[in-house]
Amino acid sequence: MTWTQFVTVTLNGLTLAALYFLVAVGFTLIFGLMRVVNLAHGSLYLFGGYVGWTVAERSGNWILGAVTAAVVAAVAGLALQQALLRPIQGQDLREALVTIGVSIVAADLMLAQWGGFTYGFSPPRAISGGARLPVLDIGYPRYRLFLLAFALVVGLVLWLLLTRTRLGITIRAAIDDRDMVSAVGVNVQRLFALMFAFGAGLAGLAGVVGGSAFSIASGEDARYLLASLIVVIIGGMGSLPGTAVASLLVALVEQYSLALFPTYAAIVSFLLMVVVLAVRPQGLFGRPA
Amino acid sequence: MLDGGNQKRLSRRELLRRAGLLGLSVPAVSALLAACAREEATPTTAALPTTAPPAATPTAAPAATPTPAAAASPAVTVGPAAGEIVIGVLATLEGAFALFGDEGVRGVEMAIAEFGGEIGGKKLRIVKESTDATPQVAREKARKLIEQDRVDLIVGPLSGDEGLAIRDYAKTVPDKTFVNGTSAAQDTTLRDPAPNFFRFSTDGVQWMAGLGTYCYQEKGYRRVATLGEDYSYPYSQVAGFLLEFCKLGGEVAAQFWVPIGTRDYSSVISSMPADIDAIYVILGGSDAVNFLQAYADFGGQAALIGGSSTIDQNVLEAKGNIRQRVIGIPGAGPVAADNPDPAWQAWVEAYRKQFPDGLSTPSLFCWGYYVNAKGLLLGLREVNGDLSDGQKKLQAALAKVAFDGPTGHIELDENRQAIANNYVTEVAKGPDGNLYNKLVKVVEGVNQTLGLPKEQYLALGSFTRDNPKCEDIHRAFGS
Repeated sequence: MTWTQFVTVTLNGLTLAALYFLVAVGFTLIFGLMRVVNLAHGSLYLFGGYVGWTVAERSGNWILGAVTAAVVAAVAGLALQQALLRPIQGQDLREALVTIGVSIVAADLMLAQWGGFTYGFSPPRAISGGARLPVLDIGYPRYRLFLLAFALVVGLVLWLLLTRTRLGITIRAAIDDRDMVSAVGVNVQRLFALMFAFGAGLAGLAGVVGGSAFSIASGEDARYLLASLIVVIIGGMGSLPGTAVASLLVALVEQYSLALFPTYAAIVSFLLMVVVLAVRPQGLFGRPA
Repeated sequence: MLDGGNQKRLSRRELLRRAGLLGLSVPAVSALLAACAREEATPTTAALPTTAPPAATPTAAPAATPTPAAAASPAVTVGPAAGEIVIGVLATLEGAFALFGDEGVRGVEMAIAEFGGEIGGKKLRIVKESTDATPQVAREKARKLIEQDRVDLIVGPLSGDEGLAIRDYAKTVPDKTFVNGTSAAQDTTLRDPAPNFFRFSTDGVQWMAGLGTYCYQEKGYRRVATLGEDYSYPYSQVAGFLLEFCKLGGEVAAQFWVPIGTRDYSSVISSMPADIDAIYVILGGSDAVNFLQAYADFGGQAALIGGSSTIDQNVLEAKGNIRQRVIGIPGAGPVAADNPDPAWQAWVEAYRKQFPDGLSTPSLFCWGYYVNAKGLLLGLREVNGDLSDGQKKLQAALAKVAFDGPTGHIELDENRQAIANNYVTEVAKGPDGNLYNKLVKVVEGVNQTLGLPKEQYLALGSFTRDNPKCEDIHRAFGS
């Protein structure tokens, strides 16, 4: 591996990690707070992508598409939580099965609506095209650098939100002991609904932001669900720093293996998961029981 | 309520354990559920807007109308009713290859419509079953079609590895007849063929006929890298390209095989050697789109050469700006959109009429299922729909079927494998703004060994990710 190739592959890993982080962070927050393993998370990603593409194509405005995707996915997530998950709250096996059911129905509905075509986005000119990296003098797509910056901003905002605001304090308290939080007069149900909508909205937003780096097509829902699951299992369910570190690990490992031995790239991230589970079953940042 | 919730709550460790288990079982469970869902939905899948035949073709209607009894109780409708022939269709109707499957079903529906929906006074009814391009599911669904739906005949499958699995399965049910869909792994019929499996479509090696020569002689490429998905069909495609390209003196600098469904090709692209003239790419559906997008983003310098599915109509009609990046890519395959042959033009016209919301030009998947279904129906007509005697009469008739399809003459060799024309193409933009594969050269009557002596050809061995190498090709056939 040459020096420039090493830098490029590392950058590829970092930018892919950014996307994994955007998708998985909603998943892990929902789990951390509500103990719901939302297996329809990938469907929300794909739904956001399709809706965002349609809006962006009609209006010619990529940003409007991304915002609409986030809002629509958040509403869909809210509806899912209020209509289907709230009545069976606390029964985690049922919750998981209901969300699997939703994901299958959603996949077929989306296939009927958008067909099996592959959809590609046209991001604004300012963030598309190639950039020349200073010092190293390597050409690199500008959009990928944007993706990295965007995920950093989202991560930072979330971290500030969780550690510096009253809402964040309530959420962290509820993650630790929701009965106690509810006992001191916080409306936990409202908190749950808010968090679910927020996580779903992030998935929808990632559908456009990630779909612009690659593409959107039928079947992507399952791929991103799997990626999210691997990331949160490695990072520890419900942990924000865990998700960030695990995204980095998974994406870097994936990119290095694609560069070095592409044939076996598919199994390497699972190997990583096996190793982490064997050494630290609760995940890297998960708290032991 | 909170108290109740409290009692039910599990310890964190237990939760994590369950979550992990769930995570691992998701693919399995969802595959299972999807399978069940699809089975239930079989009669109604035709109601998807993309596959619904228009009212203008009454002949296809019986197949698409959900029989009320089927919804009520499967026991009532399974098996052919008196005076009907049931044809099972295996295609990927969901997931990443969903569009291909839709196209395949359209091909079958076109062939059936052509025969007026009946043969020898027997109505033709189709039962669709969705696979996911894996050999296990293809085999399972074929069994389901035969044992549960009691179909007489099967058309399919779509993808390379599936074809190998169905070929093996066909051997276990000699009194049923199988014709291929578009699965194009060469070994399905070249090595150890099944006596009741017929392939009226050409295979992945045949689809490359003419391309290696065109790239070497006309384009002047001397040194290439290859990139493909890691399974039997891309092995066939790469081999088909190399057989001609290496024989003329071309060189291969590096070969990359990636898992199906690879999303991010950036690192593969940065591993490409610098001293190459072109990259031969064989990726399907969204994989191809993702690669093309990444290649443009990363400012790839080498020219691209397309495998048959990389530049298929399905990819060319991807939505968004990715379409602009494929113009001028040479490729080859069993169809060329602007083929001046009147038979092709008429067929395209029929396709557009029957499927107003289909693609602008039928893809190779539609073609493959169509010629296979047509071959099957011609055989059926030959025996006047007689399926008695363990379908022996039909199978004997099928082996002799030869016809002029939309892409010229098709006949079978002794392994029941098609010999047909192939087309070298280049992606171009039509006057209506749609991209299409412009015809560059026709290679007529391509057989399974590309006209090379069969004995040496078989001695090369099955094509894999390491076979053939240029040196092997030189050794076997000279240069």
